[in-house]
Amino acid sequence: MTTYTFVDTYVVAKRDLIHWVRQPVRVLSGLLYPIVSVLIFAFVFGSAMSVYGGGDYREFLLPGMLGQAVAFGTAATLMVVSLDADRGVTDRFRASPMSQTGVVAGRSIADLVNSFIEIVVLVLCGLAIGWRWHTGVGGLLAAVGLLLWLRFALIWVGIYFGLALKPEAAQASWMLLFPLTMFANTFVSPELMPGWLRIVAEWNPLSSTVAACRELFGNPGVGGDSWAAQHALLLAVAWPLLLIAVFWPLSVRAYRDLSR
Amino acid sequence: MGHAVLAEGLRKSFAKKPALDGIDLAVPAGTVCGLLGPNGAGKTTAVRILSTLLKLDGGRAEVAGFDVVRDAVQVRHRVGLNGQQSTVDDVLTGRENLVMWGRLYHLSRKVAEQRADELLAQFGLTDAADKRAKAYSGGMRRRLDLASSFIMAPQVMFLDEPTTGLDPRNRGEVWREVKRLVAAGTTVLLTTQYLDEADQLADQIVVLDTGKVVADGPPDQLKSKLGGDRIEVVVRDADDLPTTARLLGPAAEVDPDNYRVSVAVDDRVAALTRVTRALADAGVEAEDIALRRPTLDEVFLALTGHRAA
Ligand SMILES: Nc1ncnc2c1ncn2[C@@H]1O[C@H](COP(=O)(O)OP(=O)(O)OP(=O)(O)O)[C@@H](O)[C@H]1O
Ligand SMILES: [Mg+2]
Repeated sequence: MTTYTFVDTYVVAKRDLIHWVRQPVRVLSGLLYPIVSVLIFAFVFGSAMSVYGGGDYREFLLPGMLGQAVAFGTAATLMVVSLDADRGVTDRFRASPMSQTGVVAGRSIADLVNSFIEIVVLVLCGLAIGWRWHTGVGGLLAAVGLLLWLRFALIWVGIYFGLALKPEAAQASWMLLFPLTMFANTFVSPELMPGWLRIVAEWNPLSSTVAACRELFGNPGVGGDSWAAQHALLLAVAWPLLLIAVFWPLSVRAYRDLSR
Repeated sequence: MGHAVLAEGLRKSFAKKPALDGIDLAVPAGTVCGLLGPNGAGKTTAVRILSTLLKLDGGRAEVAGFDVVRDAVQVRHRVGLNGQQSTVDDVLTGRENLVMWGRLYHLSRKVAEQRADELLAQFGLTDAADKRAKAYSGGMRRRLDLASSFIMAPQVMFLDEPTTGLDPRNRGEVWREVKRLVAAGTTVLLTTQYLDEADQLADQIVVLDTGKVVADGPPDQLKSKLGGDRIEVVVRDADDLPTTARLLGPAAEVDPDNYRVSVAVDDRVAALTRVTRALADAGVEAEDIALRRPTLDEVFLALTGHRAA
């Protein structure tokens, strides 16, 4: 760590945020997807869905949508990292005296800002369709904090795979991510799923964060028979920690040894 | 002063296929070394190893007095790199690109902006400074990319094919910048596929072929080894080819498809006079007689006995 780490972090974060601001079409299409999904699930599927243990489906839905949006952020990180590595940018970063921490810290700040805005938009969207939280400002902030905590962990996953994959392959990461966000408690309670899928959904890290959010918001669909469901808050803190413990060193190594 | 770049037995393979097969390099501080070679020779691989981007499989290398593996961080503080791939950020303007790199090289905002303006002027980009790089032409992007690596004057500068894709005027511009950098004390290692570029800039030329050094020395020495410039005679009548070849001497190369005979010469104009006279005496009608530099292809043929892949 040097005194320049802050400058480097600032410059890299600013670059990433400028990209975002100057490509409004990409930003809008990124926001449009979760908004449209909320509307589809609330108004099209909503009437056919029931919440295990009872409760309003829209109240159940929104934390799931928030979780999915956060998980999809991985694909965004992955794409940007992969593109930078494919052009000469990452090489130049690596061959320069700039702090390696700065590169990642800048990236993280930009991505977290990005996700935060997405969360705010989704929350407003939720309020518009009748979702409410029942726990005061504290509950809201704690839930948003857990969502960003997961997002932060997923940045490391994104960096690792972004360095490993060519942009063409990175583009396809959506296909993998999509089912991963569905084999969870995001839209349907795991209790309603068949055997093995139910276990996957119960132990999916995304499920823990989503369940913890429901608990913190005071929304229905909390709890269940599994240990994972009963300890959602604990796991919502622990899962990201585990992801970071695994993918941080992997990413650092991949960055150091990058050879394309 | 000692060597700014010193490599011994550098080895690197990709998927068991050697890209560098034990190359040695010694570049004295303050000089320019031209790494010449065709596509796939291993130029980029060598540059990436020396600038700490790629791990080597064997041998060792020191840059600016530091080991590229053990003291990679020290090396990074002393080298500049302009890679073959562009680092230009499309979304940012030309000026923003340069200011960003200036900041990342830890200049203050004010100095970074000042330096950006100087470089924009030097590389003829002032008029396009506030346009997004997306709208730049290929040559403009290449120049912007180069400008960004000239922000600082490092101890050792690596330039990977700096002028590929530039028109002659802009090539000259880049050459001038390189010379300016060297005059200020930087050691430059540049790769190129152009013999004239290496000739213009380099104090020492190293020729690479499929991962091996096939020649190493000052340009003059290399050229005399190759026989320097060439005389090329194009005859009107194919029947005259054998006579012409005989007149040009035992080293003459015949290209029957193009009615062409060529030979290496070192006394240029005298040789031209001699050949013209001999052809006239023998009654051979020449379509064209020209004196020209050897191409990279011919360098390769002369040095390796095969054409550049
Ligand atoms: N990342 C890589 N993975 C696999 N093979 C590689 C990689 N980089 C280089 N190679 C191989 O190593 C050899 C040397 O490549 P290198 O890029 O160093 O050549 P070069 O002299 O720079 O060529 P060019 O003039 O085309 O830039 C080539 O056969 C190339 O296919
Ligand atoms: Mg190359």
